[in-house]
Amino acid sequence: MSLLEVNNLTIAFGDKKVVDSISFTLEKGSRIGLIGESGSGKSMTSLAIMGLLPDTATVSGSITFEGQELIGLSDREHSHLRGNRMGMVFQEPLTALNPLMRIGKQIAGPLMIHKGASLKDALGSALELCTKVGLPDPDRVLRAYPHQLSGGQRQRIGLAIALACEPALLIADEPTTALDVTVQREVLNLINTLVDQEGSSLVFVTHDLPVVSIMTENIAVMQLGQIVENATVASLFQAPKHEYSQRLINAARVAEDAFSGTGGIK
Amino acid sequence: MNQPLLEAINLSRTYKLAKGSAGKGKAFRHALVEMNLSINTGDRIGIVGESGSGKTTLVRLLLGLDTPTSGSVEFKGQTLISGKMPWLRKDVQIVFQDPRSSLDPRMKISEIIREPLVCLGIDEDHDARIDEVLDSVGLERAMRDRYPHELSGGQRQRVAIARALAPRPGVLIADEPVSALDVLVRDQILELIAQLTDKLGLTLILVSHDLSVIARLCNRVIVMKDGAVVESGNTREVFDRPAHEFTRALIGAIPRLPESL
Repeated sequence: MSLLEVNNLTIAFGDKKVVDSISFTLEKGSRIGLIGESGSGKSMTSLAIMGLLPDTATVSGSITFEGQELIGLSDREHSHLRGNRMGMVFQEPLTALNPLMRIGKQIAGPLMIHKGASLKDALGSALELCTKVGLPDPDRVLRAYPHQLSGGQRQRIGLAIALACEPALLIADEPTTALDVTVQREVLNLINTLVDQEGSSLVFVTHDLPVVSIMTENIAVMQLGQIVENATVASLFQAPKHEYSQRLINAARVAEDAFSGTGGIK
Repeated sequence: MNQPLLEAINLSRTYKLAKGSAGKGKAFRHALVEMNLSINTGDRIGIVGESGSGKTTLVRLLLGLDTPTSGSVEFKGQTLISGKMPWLRKDVQIVFQDPRSSLDPRMKISEIIREPLVCLGIDEDHDARIDEVLDSVGLERAMRDRYPHELSGGQRQRVAIARALAPRPGVLIADEPVSALDVLVRDQILELIAQLTDKLGLTLILVSHDLSVIARLCNRVIVMKDGAVVESGNTREVFDRPAHEFTRALIGAIPRLPESL
């Protein structure tokens, strides 16, 4: 049994299909990248897995996670999995974190809700998690509010919250798009290390081909709600089958060639 | 050597911070620290740096949109005074990052492009000029009567470029012109800026956090950190042989495609 099986998933708002009968599977401990431009349906797919789609969305098809069908679950049922068996890191940690709550309580939250930990124990674990995600001075961090931390630090907190309950699945939706290049690299390396360490599976959502190619072994290319190609990183780059994948790769190559001095417009 | 076209002389900008926003004792933010920069006609300068490095502060000062704390900006030998800039705006125009916020949603495309022609008192047939710049940015003339929300992100950025070029400026400043756009659209807009810079002989000042964007469009690069220049020079030389540790870190952090590992 695969950890995650998505079958003919379709998500529509009224007549407009934003995800159009996509299927993919993810084995335990493996990783898949969902790549595409805005409107390709990649974020809607990850929200559907997390059970976070807006009420106005109509969903059909099937998503099974650890053998359980997720489509049709009530929000309450889904919330037992969310933050517990599946964790999510969002693009903008400033909006993903509660501005009025100290960091410590935000990390402790899922441990208290899902694991029945006391606040004291959960804060103890939060301290360990801070160290794990590479935050120096974790005591100070736990007492801080989100606005007192830098973007990179906030995203590390997002990761600590997502991983607090040792989920089987981590979904990272553009987790480094809001970060500076050097910080982006640090956070990517951190996600790599932690996902390996915990043996979690990873769904990595991004528009950035070079980023996804260093994060996952498989890439599903999405365009206008459909998966147009699903291949290993190596075979996608060596022989992209779909014209759209080819265009994305070309664009990334042009940028890289320009940078390394072998191409460019000049 | 001739007088530079645009020059920053010991340019500093310090912002007062709200009380308590930066912990104890630090009530000022030195966004730009004694910066010197001279730009000659025809230069294509890339300004690169991370958030908070002072890129946008520099751009605002070069545009005369802000007053320096000390030092000055000179354009053709004349010192800029913020707010008294119509003469400057004929020559120095800007394209912002996100056309969704830089284009007035209640104005038709033709009105958006007409506005600088009217405000700057440009003495030529405005309608003809609007058609001309629409052509040069690759938009159909039928777009004249559309509103920004009816356009795609790439088309909107083309409108912003058309508006900037309408008064025939000699200098185009572009602040992260493609970072709000999708990858494939990004390519087209970069191509367009490159092509127009060539064709019109523009002096280009391009701000980007993306080194490949700078590599494609600029022959000179300035690397900024904490409000100061850490390294500058010929783009190829700086990228191939970065002298400063920070530049090396920036370059090293860029994720590479599989084959080039």
